[in-house]
Amino acid sequence: MRRVAITGLGAICALGRTVPETAESLRAGRSGIGPIESTDMSQIRFQNGAEVRGYTHHPYFDDRRADFIDRFAQFAVIAAREAVADAGIRWTPELRETAAIVTGSCVGGQSTEDIGFQEVYKLGHNRVHPLTIPKTMANAGASHISMEFGITGPSFTISTACSSAGHAIGQAFQMIRTGQTDLALTGGSEATFSYGILKAWEAMRVVSPDTCRPFSKDRRGMILGEGGAVLVLEPLDAAVARGARIHAEIVGFGMSSDACHITQPSSDGAARAMRAALRDGGLSPEQIGYINAHGTGTAANDSSEAAAIRAVFGAHVDRLAVSSTKSMHGHTLGAAAALECLATVLALRDGVLPPTANFNQRDPECDLDVIPNQAREAQVEWALSNSFAFGGLNAVLALRRASVGQVA
Amino acid sequence: MSDDLIQRVLKAIAASKRIPLETVTIDSTFEQLNIDSMDAVEILFALENEFDIVIPDDEARSVRNVRQMCEGVDKLVAAKAAGAPKP
Repeated sequence: MRRVAITGLGAICALGRTVPETAESLRAGRSGIGPIESTDMSQIRFQNGAEVRGYTHHPYFDDRRADFIDRFAQFAVIAAREAVADAGIRWTPELRETAAIVTGSCVGGQSTEDIGFQEVYKLGHNRVHPLTIPKTMANAGASHISMEFGITGPSFTISTACSSAGHAIGQAFQMIRTGQTDLALTGGSEATFSYGILKAWEAMRVVSPDTCRPFSKDRRGMILGEGGAVLVLEPLDAAVARGARIHAEIVGFGMSSDACHITQPSSDGAARAMRAALRDGGLSPEQIGYINAHGTGTAANDSSEAAAIRAVFGAHVDRLAVSSTKSMHGHTLGAAAALECLATVLALRDGVLPPTANFNQRDPECDLDVIPNQAREAQVEWALSNSFAFGGLNAVLALRRASVGQVA
Repeated sequence: MSDDLIQRVLKAIAASKRIPLETVTIDSTFEQLNIDSMDAVEILFALENEFDIVIPDDEARSVRNVRQMCEGVDKLVAAKAAGAPKP
């Protein structure tokens, strides 16, 4: 089995249009949450979200190309461009033919669908735009990345709600590790803000009226976010041989299913996914120094996740830093695990653990070191990135800091 | 609180949860009726439709039994009748 290196990073989210901008916001503990501007919010009870503020397809896509690509898939392509440039990939015909793309998305192009269906349901028109189907499909991100770079290898999309990108990255990791491919672009993207979807979230009564305060006693729910993140994965040996910069390694991947409830989290399912990731990476709990938590900021998730972490790590919890960066980039659903894996990579690479922003008050039911409000300098060797989806489908990635000699 | 209002709330709970109406009483707790958080959200949706009211998240959060639910609906219906702005 081959070791797997992350050699390229790309991101666009409420914290920035690039990885350096996003990293700077994470380090500063600066939240990207604010009033939602891209959708009419006058009839919606909550008002705040983590938008890519002021986003238009310029300068990223010309008008005609943008006609074919929903906002969620635009985010996927923008992140992939940055990741590929960062990795310094030298494309050859053989590489294009064998490279893989695995993306995650939860709702796909539902914004396009929402507009299309208004035409027939609300406006009484008798036709919907012919690009509604190809813009809505959840695999559009993977498809547009493949066309962008001429990648003709295995390409597909995984949709497991809030774990989508976690399962996608885990799948790509396994494909590199087992030799199925020598290059993978993987991550996820989501564009969450359109009227019908926001109404559906309102009805679930899980969205906070102010901001996202994970693990804080006064937390009042999640905050939706949008964006995308893409990682370039390669076999470690090949990456070192070509002199690539190694941002970090992925060393393990764990999955589980709660088989319990369609929305309520199970700490047992979460604990089994973390244990599976540790086992897959050959790690003991004591080796882990940081966990990027699922940490949605809902009453149920955060106490359940804290209980799961306690169950897996026991007394080591007292030497374990845990934070939820959803407090800054919001809950980006199918992109969440990609952005959070990125945040974990940056924490390992730069020696700065991102904080849980907006934190006010300790909750005895979330008795963890959550790095409240201020980033912390710490050299951590191994970390986990947790994703626990509605539907009880859990994905946990285990990452390792690149060895000093590897960082070119 | 009128009997009519109580009956409409009990019916909405029974229909939403798909349980016999006679199993739901004003003294039932959510625990007794096996109403979890997602069930509760569905019942609130049914009550908003039944009474044409808007139930704020903060008021809904503390409700744990049928009586509290009836009292909350009663208050919102009265506020609506008095022409008060919707919360």
